[in-house]
Amino acid sequence: MNAPQKVGIGTPLSRVDGVAKVTGTAKYAAEYRVPDMLYGVTVVSAIAKGRIVTLNEEAARAVPGVIDIISHLNRPKHAWFNRSWKDELKIPGEPFKAFHDDRIQFAAQPIAVVVAKTFEAARFAATLVDVKYETEPHNIDFETSLAEKFMPGVGHRRNTYHPPKDHGDAERAFGEAPLQHAAEYHLAVEHQMQMEMHASTVHWHGDGTVTIYDKVQGSQTSKELVASAFGLGEKNVRVVNAFVGGGFGGALRPQWQLHVATMAAIHLQRSVRVVMTRSQMFSHAHRPECTYQIRLGAAADGKLVAVLGDATTSTSRFESNMEDIVTWGMMNYACSNIQGSYAIAPRDTYTSADMRAPGAATGMTLFEIAIDELAYKAGADPLAFRLLNYSDIDNMNRKPFTSKALREACHEGAERFGWAKRSPEPRSMKEGRELIGWGVATGLWEANFMKTSASAKLSADGHLEVASAASDIGTGTYTVMVQVAADTLGLLPESITARLGDSDLPTAPVEGGSWGAASTGAAVQLACQTIAKKLLKAAGGVEGRPFHDVSSIDELEFAGGYMIRRGDPTRRVGLLDAMRAGGLDVIEAQETASPGIGGMISLATKARNTHSAVFVEARVDEELDQVRITRVVIAVAAGRIINPKTARSQILGGVVMGIGMALHEETAPDKTLGKWINHSFGEYHVPAHADIEDIEVIFVDEPDPEVTPLGVKGLGEIGIVSVAAAVVNAIYHATGKRVRSLPVTVDKLLAV
Amino acid sequence: MSQVFTPNSELQHLAGQPIAEIATTLTINGVERQLVIEPWTTLLDLLRDKLDLIGTKKGCDHGQCGACTVLIDGTRVNACLKLAVTLDGCEITTIEGLGQDGNLHPLQAAFIEHDAFQCGYCTPGQICSAQGLINEGRARTRLEVREQMSGNICRCGAYTNIADAVLEVLESMERA
Repeated sequence: MNAPQKVGIGTPLSRVDGVAKVTGTAKYAAEYRVPDMLYGVTVVSAIAKGRIVTLNEEAARAVPGVIDIISHLNRPKHAWFNRSWKDELKIPGEPFKAFHDDRIQFAAQPIAVVVAKTFEAARFAATLVDVKYETEPHNIDFETSLAEKFMPGVGHRRNTYHPPKDHGDAERAFGEAPLQHAAEYHLAVEHQMQMEMHASTVHWHGDGTVTIYDKVQGSQTSKELVASAFGLGEKNVRVVNAFVGGGFGGALRPQWQLHVATMAAIHLQRSVRVVMTRSQMFSHAHRPECTYQIRLGAAADGKLVAVLGDATTSTSRFESNMEDIVTWGMMNYACSNIQGSYAIAPRDTYTSADMRAPGAATGMTLFEIAIDELAYKAGADPLAFRLLNYSDIDNMNRKPFTSKALREACHEGAERFGWAKRSPEPRSMKEGRELIGWGVATGLWEANFMKTSASAKLSADGHLEVASAASDIGTGTYTVMVQVAADTLGLLPESITARLGDSDLPTAPVEGGSWGAASTGAAVQLACQTIAKKLLKAAGGVEGRPFHDVSSIDELEFAGGYMIRRGDPTRRVGLLDAMRAGGLDVIEAQETASPGIGGMISLATKARNTHSAVFVEARVDEELDQVRITRVVIAVAAGRIINPKTARSQILGGVVMGIGMALHEETAPDKTLGKWINHSFGEYHVPAHADIEDIEVIFVDEPDPEVTPLGVKGLGEIGIVSVAAAVVNAIYHATGKRVRSLPVTVDKLLAV
Repeated sequence: MSQVFTPNSELQHLAGQPIAEIATTLTINGVERQLVIEPWTTLLDLLRDKLDLIGTKKGCDHGQCGACTVLIDGTRVNACLKLAVTLDGCEITTIEGLGQDGNLHPLQAAFIEHDAFQCGYCTPGQICSAQGLINEGRARTRLEVREQMSGNICRCGAYTNIADAVLEVLESMERA
């Protein structure tokens, strides 16, 4: 008897939520039908800084259908103390509290909500609210804000921030280096611009409890906030985010529409929905602007002898958002003299926030442009130069990696791309009117793991349900949960249901940092293993006691609905037969996966990272300097791949956003008005179908039992890191023009 | 310094005016509906708020993202740019009308097979737009599909998979 075929980890299963998404039945936050619900439309400030003097609501209240207007003048009580405004991200400072008082801290700040029987009445009335302001001088210009840059003291830093660690004497080594490169690099503000606009539907049940359908990357972080800041109490609040129309970091923190909708519901004791407009989506989270001075020194043979980086990123005046910018370059290459510094610069905007690969997408990308410049100075092939300076350890923390298959990624990517056929000289490849350039860059991100709980429930009809308060923001969490459960218990995916996106489910963190698959997957595996143990016990009652000598589930294989004695496939028991023998109608388990379980190596001893090598072909119109990205090959080393199909999609998405970072995305400040001026999809350009041609994704074999229990490293972020560098490097190779400020728009190319 | 901003001052006098309602007949996914609609209601808001056809998505409300693409008499249109009362007598097809669980439209099946979405929010619009593109009959090549699908933004970046899915359906139709 052969062991039945397994459908589990490693199979390209189509998304289990696919049918719901393609038929339009998947419900997002603004799509739950709630009885007697009112519509709230938010009025936002027209100034960047100052105070509200008067709010004249007379005309707005006269619109038929308008029920009420809520602002700082009449809002329900909310918590005074900052600590009550809970938020898993814990950004140091004073969190923004909508309608707190008459102060205006940034442009398009929510100041009132018009609540009406219809969306249309609320929308019209919101335009009629007369606001008189007292303005104060503001600054949203990054350059100007640098005069006020500072480094928050210990105790006032983000807990995710890693200070750079210097080694050797970098200043001296740089000064004495025969090959030197020094330049300043810049990244513009970007907005996450997930397709689903932030929305909160508050279902007021009338008995002191509420259910809130919220656009957020973690239901429990919104629940904590609402329960604590608005005094509703833990047990009275349930938050659901079963489907999330994109996040990219923009929905990691509960956003202001949740404050507004909750206050309106409390004030009116009724159900209320508040949806941001697309323009209002620009009023909150965004990737910080960054300036990064990089100095590199190399010996005559091209070996790096000095790496120096000084970076500043933007934040608001009320919170200190921090990123790791300079550390990536110090970690990635073998170099004994490294030095870094970092600061943040406050301005009168909302606080900058995490956006896909926060820190690395900025710092590693800009660093990989500088490395390219040094490679040309050394007269070396840019890929060979990187391999010459390859580091087998984390060069800054001086720790070995649990695994690092970047060398293999470089080789496999180069092979697929045809790098060997590259003509080394810039401006030496051409076809028709277009100059052709080939660029390379390497990427680095973290393999994170977060404490996560999950439950599993096997019923006597053979159906298994696994559940966790995790989120699926498009990453494929539903599918990963099903696959891990299928793999652990040897069941078919069709007989498994995954539940997530509900604060009532077992505790899980917000979805971000690429930790979802590794952490939720491990929790589901643990819960299913507990089910397996209970099944083994129940199998003791099966006639003939085929497992009389089996003491652990490690001696069994689970496949095709059976548990099978390893090495003796004739000894098997059907899972449901075991349940019957044990007199069980249902088996339930709940487990928590914490860092350190299952052979995981602690952060203290080894570095845990994902790596990538990105190859880009750019074609640039010789006269117009218009750029097309015609070919991308990205080779990723990210441990074990649970689902090659959805994994590939994650990387494709990262590459597309990286192309956006390279060529399109830039939120521009109007310094006089103090607001982002291109606050629409019409003017904030993201890649469209026509911009994206051929992208090939390779996953390099990288077994790593130490990194996380499943050997999974996570894929949400590595796909974007350094893509923009490979684009810039390809444009340089095509044209001989080096642009150091992202995005590389046509005007910048024409100016070189 | 004191400043007053009245974004819509010229409309203040209209504040107290009652909103008219206009009888409108729409055939939605094959079902004729006699509706009474306020003239300021877009087709998008009618579908989502009044008829609970939430498969049509709101991504910008400005005709810039394509998430609300539906078919009006077979032609793809951004539902956020159409006032519903202007569509009297029209046939409207939304994602719910293209196919359902157990009876998927070939485009829906191809989108699943090619993993042509991640978060799923732009997906109904992409699929309706692809059906509109097929109806137009002008796209044959990958380049043409990419160009003619460019009104539909996918922030998850599933573009290459969407192109694969659309091309597969186009090619299978040509073979048939």
